[in-house]
Amino acid sequence: MYGFEALTFNIHGGYLEAIVRGHRSTLLTASDYNNLCQCETLDDIKMHLSATEYGPYLQNEPSPLHTTTIVEKCTLKLVDEYKHMLCQATEPLSTFLEYITYGHMIDNVVLIVTGTLHERDVQELLEKCHPLGMFDSIASLAVAQNMSELYRLVLVDTPLAPYFSQCITSEDLDDMNIEIMRNTLYKAYLEDFYRFCQKLGGATAEIMSDLLSFEADRRAVNITINSIGTELTRDDRRKLYSNFGLLYPYGHEELAVCEDIDQVRAVMEKYPPYQSLFSKISYGESQLLDKAFYEEEVKRLCLAFEQQFHYAVFFAYMRLREQEIRNLMWISECVAQNQKSRVHDSVIFIF
Amino acid sequence: MQRRVEEFLDRLPEMDLMRSEKMTFVQLIFPFESAHRAVSYLGDFGLVQFRDLNEEKSPFQRTFVNQVKRCAEMSRKLRFLREQINKAGVMLPDTLAVQSDIDLEELETQLGEHEHELIEMNSNTERLQHTYNELLEFKMVLQKAGGFLFSGKEHSVLEERELEENVFSNNGYVETASLIDKEMRPATSEQSGLNFISGIVCKSKAIMFERMLFRATRGNMLFNQALADEVVLDPVTAEEVEKIVFTVFFSGEQAKKKILKICEAFGANCYSVPEDIVKQRQMTREVLSRLSDFEATLDAGLRHRNKVLSSIALQLPKWTNKVRREKAVYDTLNMLNFDVTKKCLVGEGWCPIFAKTKIQEALHRATFDSNSLVGIIFHVMDSVDSPPTYFRTNKVTNAYQEIVDAYGVAQYQEANPAVYSVITFPFLFAVMFGDWGHGICLLLGALVLIAYESKLSNKKLGSFMELLFGGRYVLLFMSLFSIYCGLIYNEFFSVPFYIFGRSAYECRDSSCSDAASVGLVKVRDAYPFGVDPKWRGSRSELPFLNSLKMKMSILLGMTQMNLGIILSYFNARFFGSSLDIRYQFVPQMIFLNSLFGYLSLLIIVKWCTGAQADLYHVMIYMFLSPADDLRENELFWGQRPLQIVLLLLAIVAVPWMLFPKPFIQRKLHLERFQGRTYGILGTSEMDIESEPDSARRHHHHEEFNFSEVFVHQMIHSIEFVLGAVSNTASYLRLWALSLAHSELSTVFYEKVLLLAWGYDNFIISAFLHALRLHWVEFQNKFYHGDGYKFKPFSFALLMDEDE
Repeated sequence: MYGFEALTFNIHGGYLEAIVRGHRSTLLTASDYNNLCQCETLDDIKMHLSATEYGPYLQNEPSPLHTTTIVEKCTLKLVDEYKHMLCQATEPLSTFLEYITYGHMIDNVVLIVTGTLHERDVQELLEKCHPLGMFDSIASLAVAQNMSELYRLVLVDTPLAPYFSQCITSEDLDDMNIEIMRNTLYKAYLEDFYRFCQKLGGATAEIMSDLLSFEADRRAVNITINSIGTELTRDDRRKLYSNFGLLYPYGHEELAVCEDIDQVRAVMEKYPPYQSLFSKISYGESQLLDKAFYEEEVKRLCLAFEQQFHYAVFFAYMRLREQEIRNLMWISECVAQNQKSRVHDSVIFIF
Repeated sequence: MQRRVEEFLDRLPEMDLMRSEKMTFVQLIFPFESAHRAVSYLGDFGLVQFRDLNEEKSPFQRTFVNQVKRCAEMSRKLRFLREQINKAGVMLPDTLAVQSDIDLEELETQLGEHEHELIEMNSNTERLQHTYNELLEFKMVLQKAGGFLFSGKEHSVLEERELEENVFSNNGYVETASLIDKEMRPATSEQSGLNFISGIVCKSKAIMFERMLFRATRGNMLFNQALADEVVLDPVTAEEVEKIVFTVFFSGEQAKKKILKICEAFGANCYSVPEDIVKQRQMTREVLSRLSDFEATLDAGLRHRNKVLSSIALQLPKWTNKVRREKAVYDTLNMLNFDVTKKCLVGEGWCPIFAKTKIQEALHRATFDSNSLVGIIFHVMDSVDSPPTYFRTNKVTNAYQEIVDAYGVAQYQEANPAVYSVITFPFLFAVMFGDWGHGICLLLGALVLIAYESKLSNKKLGSFMELLFGGRYVLLFMSLFSIYCGLIYNEFFSVPFYIFGRSAYECRDSSCSDAASVGLVKVRDAYPFGVDPKWRGSRSELPFLNSLKMKMSILLGMTQMNLGIILSYFNARFFGSSLDIRYQFVPQMIFLNSLFGYLSLLIIVKWCTGAQADLYHVMIYMFLSPADDLRENELFWGQRPLQIVLLLLAIVAVPWMLFPKPFIQRKLHLERFQGRTYGILGTSEMDIESEPDSARRHHHHEEFNFSEVFVHQMIHSIEFVLGAVSNTASYLRLWALSLAHSELSTVFYEKVLLLAWGYDNFIISAFLHALRLHWVEFQNKFYHGDGYKFKPFSFALLMDEDE
């Protein structure tokens, strides 16, 4: 039905699209960031933010602020907005919106499982979880001893259950296994989300496939870099890559055999969109790669707003807001630890 | 002649509402020591609107940022206190306590102390409450779980038998302590080697909890549950939580570990219950006695806390007020600029001219009160910006001004339609809502609102009530006019009454058998006021009323539209634009009146003479064949030549309002700027240097774009010409709604029950239609509405905003 969304989109999606575009216009601008970067204390940051949409969420915080409080409150705002949109959404938008949170769910599961493995307090772990990825029985994850138990006890009730089918083993949980589980889950999630978007068709499919492909490629690169020098075999590594994206399938073959970062670079430079990304980074450098990827992602997310009548704006908005919260966290940390010279290192301007 | 008219017009008394207040741009230079006091005096006075001279600075780069921060912190503390007071259910005093001035520093320390005290108290209470909750839960677990254990032993055989039924009816929970337990699968039949854990869990989580236990033990457990008798108060959220007491029977150490972990994950508190019944009883007694102790302590704590809170509550409005004022003062001070010597603060802003002397007085007072050696300098400056619009209203006119402002705020000093709306708005409403019975109902409502004015004005009303209350004087006028119009229509809940004498008509004979078919005869003079009640129910009632109301609507519409055009004349005169008078006002007057003015004339003539002429025919053939003879439709001598003249005038008026104005404007522009192609360079930069942050900086380079002006004029002319037809037609809504109203009220009268329902709806629709007639048909004749409102720095307004 490509080209005809305009006829019917607004019946169900119009209101929410208007809402999300309204939310987008409240994202912090470059001048906001400039002002924030000049702040001397966290109170200054609070004061500046009080003039923005974050104001009502921060106004009742007593004065010696902590970075965590700022981040927590900002996230709370995002969660409130998300919940409001989810309440208003009808199918298939509501499913689409739910898909957005599955990533956080995976992260939370991994966080809790790793935490219990290292015998941390469950309550403490729960506080660290991302509120978007919460589900009812999340606390009982701590009970599980191995993968299959994890699945049988808890995850079977969650939307993550189908993704788990690929990694049910009766192996005991350890750090390596958990990391593999995370990536397998993520792979299954991304593929499922990708299929779902393709099913929606139209501009949603077009834009989301671009965004998700980018996400998949980025994960492939990160997996490769992180697995260099570990005992992960090439085949196992190959299995963790998502089966779509620009790199699929030939890039994956090449990435699977990479032994150091420069080889990764050589593989990636064959792909024009990533060539420019790598050209900014000197050889052997992997620190700046994350930032480069984030910047590229933000650019692509912003472009999603250029078209109308599609769902990718919701995905883009959530991602941009999360990036904004990451920025705020970085700025606040820099301000709190008196490292103002490093403020610009990791801040990604959104507009 | 013209001069005499103008003299007469000049001598007319001034109307406050007609033109907005004359404003002036002023500069204030405050010495540093008296600035704060002066600004707060100005805030009390509330007639100066400050301009932000530091727009490019972010909030925390401004001078008084620390004070603003302190105020924000204090208002946060105040919010905290208020929240605590509301939570505790302590009443806030309605009125402000005596205004003794408090020092801000002192207040700050006081607030800090109070907050600290409260937080400590809260944490104490929380701790106590926590222990109390534990005991309470333990008590309930003891009672219920004891029951399970006891009955579990007694009825273990019975259980097996009852199982079949229970599996199918397993949606219930236990209501009494006896055994109607819900179970999923036969438990191990032997009691030996069976462990149990009892505890308490939130009711909302119970089902998940049970499911999780079931899965974790692979079904090898028995889950008993019962609803706890009492709700438990959550110490953090202060909400009451319903809980469920449960007992899990299971076997094996591994299972125990798992179950305990699950309990922890679900926030279920486990308590160990002794199996021995004697021990159980003893424990229950112990717990009960400790519970009563705790209750006493908690109560004492709560009383103390309430006492503290109510003493704070007495002061709270005063403090809030003070902090809000201080914050406003510092916010305003932040808008001021330092002068070169850094010893004075420079402010700029607008104020009405009439307030100048009073402002100066206030400033003198401030200088005196703060023992400053240097006075505050206050002088008038000129500005290129258009001044803000400020109308002085009272509580009656305010609502009407709001109605007009909702459309658009008047340009500085342009004629204000609100003056006329005060009467025309309720009148047009009443034309549609003419029923003196309904009018009296409305009147009673309005009078109640006005009688309780002082009481209601302090209260927070719902959004709908607030709307009604804000428009109470509009309601009053609307009701008075609907009584008046209702008397004219002679309708009282759609029933006619003989108020002003006897009907002019009577039946032909005493039996009145042919009244419906042949009609009545006129026996005496016309009914003295309004519609003759005999019309009601007669055969020709509808044609008569329709004709009356339709013609009346056109007359009313013509009057109002003419008033609008005349107001545009007064505007043009006021702003000295003879161009607008000659090439806009005059042709507009001619066009409208030669077509629809003529129609009005015909209506009046027809009414007066009782002629039978068909006015539709006259109007239509006036355009189609103006030269034809009118024959039986002729109302007066010389009608045909008059029609031709009027038609010609109307045709001439169209190009008259379209072409001359833009061409003359262009000519004037060219003459003015002849030989000045290069403009004056450099001056703008010099200006910026001499007066860095003044309003003068904003230079408007007027560019004359002929095509734009011409298109604009063309749009206006077309709009007016087409509007003359459509607006006149639009006034027919008066007729339509009035008709609908009387028909509906007849129906409602016959089915009395529906009365209230239709009533509300109709008021709203009549109101909206009256609103539209004012906003569109009336105001588009003269009203620009592109001004901006005067927003003075005023403490009184500040209070309103926050509430």
